[in-house]
Amino acid sequence: MVRFGRTVVLEKVDIVVQAGRVVTVIGPNGAGKTTLLRVLLGLTAANAGVVRRRAGLRIGYVPQRLHVDPTLPLTVQRFLGLVPERRRVGQVLEELAITRLLDKPMQRLSGGEMQRVLLARALLGDPDLLVLDEPAQSVDVGGQGELYTLIGRLRDQHGYGVLLVSHDLHLVMGATDHVICLNRHVCCTGTPALVKKQPEYIALFGREDEWKMIKDDSHREHNSKYSLHITQQVPPEGNGSIHG
Amino acid sequence: MDDFILHAAIAGFGVSIAAGPLGAFVVWRRMAYFGNAVSHSALLGVAIALLLHVDITTSVIGVCVGLAGLLLLLRRQKLLADDTLLGILAHGALALGMVILSFLGTVRVDLMGYLFGDILAVSSLDLAWIYISGALTLIVLLGLWQPLLSSTVHEELARVEGRPVVIVQAAYMLLLAFYIAVVMKVVGMLLITALLVVPAATARRFVCTPETMAGLSAAIGAVAVTGGLGLSFLTDTPSGPTIVAVTISLFGASLLWRTRTE
Repeated sequence: MVRFGRTVVLEKVDIVVQAGRVVTVIGPNGAGKTTLLRVLLGLTAANAGVVRRRAGLRIGYVPQRLHVDPTLPLTVQRFLGLVPERRRVGQVLEELAITRLLDKPMQRLSGGEMQRVLLARALLGDPDLLVLDEPAQSVDVGGQGELYTLIGRLRDQHGYGVLLVSHDLHLVMGATDHVICLNRHVCCTGTPALVKKQPEYIALFGREDEWKMIKDDSHREHNSKYSLHITQQVPPEGNGSIHG
Repeated sequence: MDDFILHAAIAGFGVSIAAGPLGAFVVWRRMAYFGNAVSHSALLGVAIALLLHVDITTSVIGVCVGLAGLLLLLRRQKLLADDTLLGILAHGALALGMVILSFLGTVRVDLMGYLFGDILAVSSLDLAWIYISGALTLIVLLGLWQPLLSSTVHEELARVEGRPVVIVQAAYMLLLAFYIAVVMKVVGMLLITALLVVPAATARRFVCTPETMAGLSAAIGAVAVTGGLGLSFLTDTPSGPTIVAVTISLFGASLLWRTRTE
């Protein structure tokens, strides 16, 4: 449970993220998604409850956004050099296709480039668990599809556990194994297909056919496809869990 | 050339070299007002030293570092921003210092000398203070560099990566307060606060990485000190303010440069 002053922002939450599994937390604005992430990352202390991590667990964190003050001269290369223990640098640069960005100032990256650079920084430490907070927010629809394909591929290749926060299930559906619908407490959980049929989910997000209409519109506007196909893997072992 | 000019040049050079990298973080972390507040509180240090008959430099260092420590405690409440807290602390210390000095009516103090310094009156002992504290400061800063830079870019990312963010930031604040306190008595409040901010601001337009900015700041400071001293010698103007004027002129000239970051 997490309280700010007298307001309880988060209670009765139980989350398990296993290696090789993509878990997505969805919820409306103010549902406590970011607070939950902060508790999990150790940035905010919970007023009650416990976070258990596998011993020696390495976490790669992709924040929602990153603003580098214009007074600070910082190239992408120097930014990536801030990671304390860098492993498999060349491989990460290649996977994310950012080698050509290395000399570019951080302040001049586009939304999509910034997202890939942030992901690269999270991956340089060779994490067991990848935590992404609204990773596609500043990326256009086409870029969002690419991003989730990439996340799915990384999970398949390296067996990372992935914890995603999103406000839109439809974007992340194909890349997600397990959905947790959050609105200050856990409303419902399950596979994406299952969660979509839950009354709690429909109460928060509306029906699927309503969504389809909105999506069809965005299809026309951006003229790009974002459907994803990712093969599921058997989860090897537990990564960490939170009970509160 | 006279000895005192040479002493002044060596002192100014030493201060610029340490103030460059230290000041780069002042600019990146938006701490210009912190430098001013610390130097204002030095008056309280002088007053306490005169009241208790203790060494002035030690007392000034104590009060300046104490102010930084107090700020670190006060910022734990999250209602007021750092600059507001600094305003409270700096003016409080300044006022308290004046009140204490008024009790010491019989003591004649060259307050102007203590607060604004005189780089032309630098003694060999002062030079030793400048170089030893400068070397110490640079060594500590070098150790803090990576984690401090990382926490300046994105504090939470640095914390998740296991950087001791709180300790590193506190250490930098105390280090900055210490260095300002030591150097202020020698070169003056005006000169040290200007040398922390202006060379770094001047360097920004010409660099792409934090390290080159720190290095170039030091070089610009050294050039400004040398040029300013020479100019004050030729025109018979006060040396500290002339150095600051030259530093500001260099900054003004840098604005004419077009850079590829724009």
